Amino acid sequence: MSVVALPSSFARPARRVWRKLTRPHVLVAGVMLALLAYLVITPLLIMIQTTITWQPEDNRLVRGITPGEFTLFHWERVFNSIISQTMLWTPLQNTLVTSIGISIFALTLGSLLAWLVVRTDLPGKKFIASVAIIPYMLPSWTISLAWIVVFKNQRVGGSIGFLEALTGAQVPDWLSYGPVPIIITLSLHYYAFAFLLVSGALQSLDARLEESGEMLGATRWQVLSRITFPLVIPAILSAFILTFSRAMGSFGTPAFLGNPVRYYVLSTTLYNNISSRLQADGFVLGLVLIAISIVTIYLNQRIIGVRKSYATLTGKGFASTPVRLRALKYPILILVGMFLFIAVVAPLGFLGYQSLMLQKNSFALDNLSLHFWIGESNPKIADGIAGILTDVQTWVSAWNSIALAVLVGLITSVLGIFLGYAVVKGRGTWLSKIVEQVAFLPYLMPSIAFGAIYIGMFAQPLGPLPALYGTFWILVVVSVAKNLPYSSRSGTAAMLQVGSELEEAALVGGASWLTRFRRIIIPLTSSGLVAGFLLTFITSMRELSLIVLLVTPTTRTLTTLNFRYAEQGYHQPGDALAMMLVVIILACEWIVRHFRGAQIGKGLGA
Amino acid sequence: METTNIIIKNLTKRFGQVAAVNNVTLTIEPGAFITLLGPSGCGKTTLLRCVAGLEEPDEGEILIGDKLVFSSRRGISLPAGQRNLGLVFQNYALWPHMTVYKNMTFALEIQKLAKAEMDQRVKESLAEVQMTGYAERYPREMSGGQQQRIALARMLAYRPKVFLMDEPLSNLDARLRMDMRAELKRLHHVAGATTIYVTHDQVEALTMSTQIAVMKEGVVQQMDTPDCVYHFPANLFVADFIGNPKVNLLEGVANGDGAVDLGNFKIQLAARTAPGQVVVAARPEDITIALAPEPGAVEFTAYSVLPAGADSTIVARRDQLELTVKVIGTSKIKMDDKVWLQFNPATLNLYDKTSGNLIHSKN
Ligand SMILES: Nc1ncnc2c1ncn2[C@@H]1O[C@H](COP(=O)(O)OP(=O)(O)OP(=O)(O)O)[C@@H](O)[C@H]1O
Ligand SMILES: [Mg+2]
Repeated sequence: MSVVALPSSFARPARRVWRKLTRPHVLVAGVMLALLAYLVITPLLIMIQTTITWQPEDNRLVRGITPGEFTLFHWERVFNSIISQTMLWTPLQNTLVTSIGISIFALTLGSLLAWLVVRTDLPGKKFIASVAIIPYMLPSWTISLAWIVVFKNQRVGGSIGFLEALTGAQVPDWLSYGPVPIIITLSLHYYAFAFLLVSGALQSLDARLEESGEMLGATRWQVLSRITFPLVIPAILSAFILTFSRAMGSFGTPAFLGNPVRYYVLSTTLYNNISSRLQADGFVLGLVLIAISIVTIYLNQRIIGVRKSYATLTGKGFASTPVRLRALKYPILILVGMFLFIAVVAPLGFLGYQSLMLQKNSFALDNLSLHFWIGESNPKIADGIAGILTDVQTWVSAWNSIALAVLVGLITSVLGIFLGYAVVKGRGTWLSKIVEQVAFLPYLMPSIAFGAIYIGMFAQPLGPLPALYGTFWILVVVSVAKNLPYSSRSGTAAMLQVGSELEEAALVGGASWLTRFRRIIIPLTSSGLVAGFLLTFITSMRELSLIVLLVTPTTRTLTTLNFRYAEQGYHQPGDALAMMLVVIILACEWIVRHFRGAQIGKGLGA
Repeated sequence: METTNIIIKNLTKRFGQVAAVNNVTLTIEPGAFITLLGPSGCGKTTLLRCVAGLEEPDEGEILIGDKLVFSSRRGISLPAGQRNLGLVFQNYALWPHMTVYKNMTFALEIQKLAKAEMDQRVKESLAEVQMTGYAERYPREMSGGQQQRIALARMLAYRPKVFLMDEPLSNLDARLRMDMRAELKRLHHVAGATTIYVTHDQVEALTMSTQIAVMKEGVVQQMDTPDCVYHFPANLFVADFIGNPKVNLLEGVANGDGAVDLGNFKIQLAARTAPGQVVVAARPEDITIALAPEPGAVEFTAYSVLPAGADSTIVARRDQLELTVKVIGTSKIKMDDKVWLQFNPATLNLYDKTSGNLIHSKN
């Protein structure tokens, strides 16, 4: 199977080793491993190194230090100094409270909805499912902006929200800002993630397991509680932990809803530290986030590991008779409809409405105007901010967003095939295991921390790449690296679908590795790749926390431009931008799905 | 078509500690149809894949024709694509994104054949498997049996010197399998290519092969013609594995003058043997059964009677001893009848109880 000829003078054992090393999947795995080391391990090491050496900026705090020398100063400052409480402990506590709250609510909502959609006779299930996942496609902070529109009180920035304008009563602080709105709004975003995970598990659950329970005389409830639930428990648990780890790294919502009342979580503290040039301290917080995340994911693996025997989840999934909701059918349908209205329709409606308001604090119809969409700059309105569609900045950012998302989607899809190939063809070898594990690492790192890592990494030229800091390319590299776990997973899944015989049949026919890859592997994995592309594309379009630390005015994307507006208190243009982003994402999703629908399955029936 | 021989010498392939193929030596004559037969996990597929070049053995040599395609000693391992052999997989491995035509010409394109030549070969091969007119179909647009034929046609179009097939019929239903057996045998007869065929279905092996290699735990137990494997199994494993219903294995003591004492009766053999612990193997169809006493017959009770149209199986008991007998047609014997069993000394095989090897066969 060797692809490279070896001089015949080589000794026999050497030939054998050479043949092993030059197997395509070993070569691919080697290249992938080098890439992973470069994109994931190096930055992590640099981050750690930064936290344990004196930084030039530290001169402001301590005299007579030599930058570059070893010190535990930053760790001590974060963990054990007079500012530890505000720097670490309070934000940590806030992070845990909000993330756990979010995970519980999101999971309850998502699992219930998943069960209703997958396993019951609820009418309009397809439509419900397609609406239910919309929040997953939008930036997680969209709902928090809408929340502000409705629940804002006078305390911050003078203007009032819709509720106060409507009722005249002052909205209490706890409902306007802080943990309660953070938990509610992020739950309304992350439930879609839980919904996707749990409904996937429910769909792949072999219905025969349930049916055999029924055959033995168990009632529907007994089947649900004794068979279905225990079988999907691993999926629910991991959905919980994955939600937790993402909620912990989310940045936009806590910034919008927490900062105005000085309610800080780790991600916002990290951001503040780094923006005030306390990079090393920020990195320590980043490592704390990574550590928490690693612990939770480790727990996840432990819990699922214990329950390995429930591996039946991977069954093909057979249609089973849906649970009859009987009299509850329509009441439940109405509840679900109301929920989707609150989670999907209402936020977009409020954002749209506010984007049309000329004056911040009047919800009256005669205040409506298209100024923040198409108006020319007017010094009398909002300090002269022009309508987003006339502002060249918007178009630059939109271009950046789309270019970023397309590039990242393409690069990760291609990397995904190679990773999948290396992992699947090398099944059982340590090389394949290492590639799989390392590709998973970025998953453990909360976005904001991962973005922080790249500041340090690409400040100077590193290896083959020039100093990327401040360029568009650093956004591409960081997004590619952060999405590696997804691409490797979808690549692996796609590759597993392609039986090894299909490649072997070509091998026996004399096809070279390149031919096999080009004519067999890529065509057969392409439908999985389009799905992977779509996922990465949307993730990159709506990404804020990963890149917020890395953008400069020229490399701004729609999300970071929006963040800047929000930070400066310009609500209407921010809302208009959010709406624009939503429209772009949904349109792209529709186009890609359409394109994929036309392409998929050309011969992929069996 | 030119044919070629295959020589496998001391081939060993390990997965971790397990030797999936253990020191196998086989010589396969040009034009032979050899079947690798054995229970699941005995290493048939692994041996076939070693020959194909999809698996690299740890030790040994493989020659195809005069060409050394693998030698651990000399560090040679020819890539699969250069061994000029065709492989049919159990699940057919048709490329789902290509039409039948594309599937069949894939390897031909790599050989850079002219378009006219490719068309010609596709046409001929499809005709050979009776699938003319299916060239533009996609695999999923065909039934399992049709896909099976296309998989064969794809191999034929390639014109390999050696056919390798790994349980190609096991995904088909019983009826179709019967038809395909006949087709495959015919195909081999016409093409004449040396064929290695893997199956765990003994009927398939017995009906189709010129030679059968029975394997167990990576070791070839016996390699012989179907007739010899059936009538003179080399050891108890082979005897037990081949035959349906299963052979009767009776433990006893050979007394040295041509009879075996089974405890409560004796069986007469065709020739003398050395005394010792032995196992007598009697095929169910080689025992005659009667409703009335006969000289030399042993009395049993019909424990169960299983008619199957063309033949019937009768399970007979005498104390602890249980025997299976097969008779042609429908038997008049009913359950619980007294029956008399007669052994034909010329058909009995005798095995050493400790080694399990054949120690005596009729001459
Ligand atoms: N890639 C592999 N890695 C590890 N062990 C393997 C591998 N392939 C086969 N084996 C082991 O080698 C032994 C022989 O396997 P093989 O597939 O050759 O059996 P088989 O005779 O074809 O069985 P079946 O009739 O079930 O197809 C088995 O014990 C199997 O578990
Ligand atoms: Mg096999």
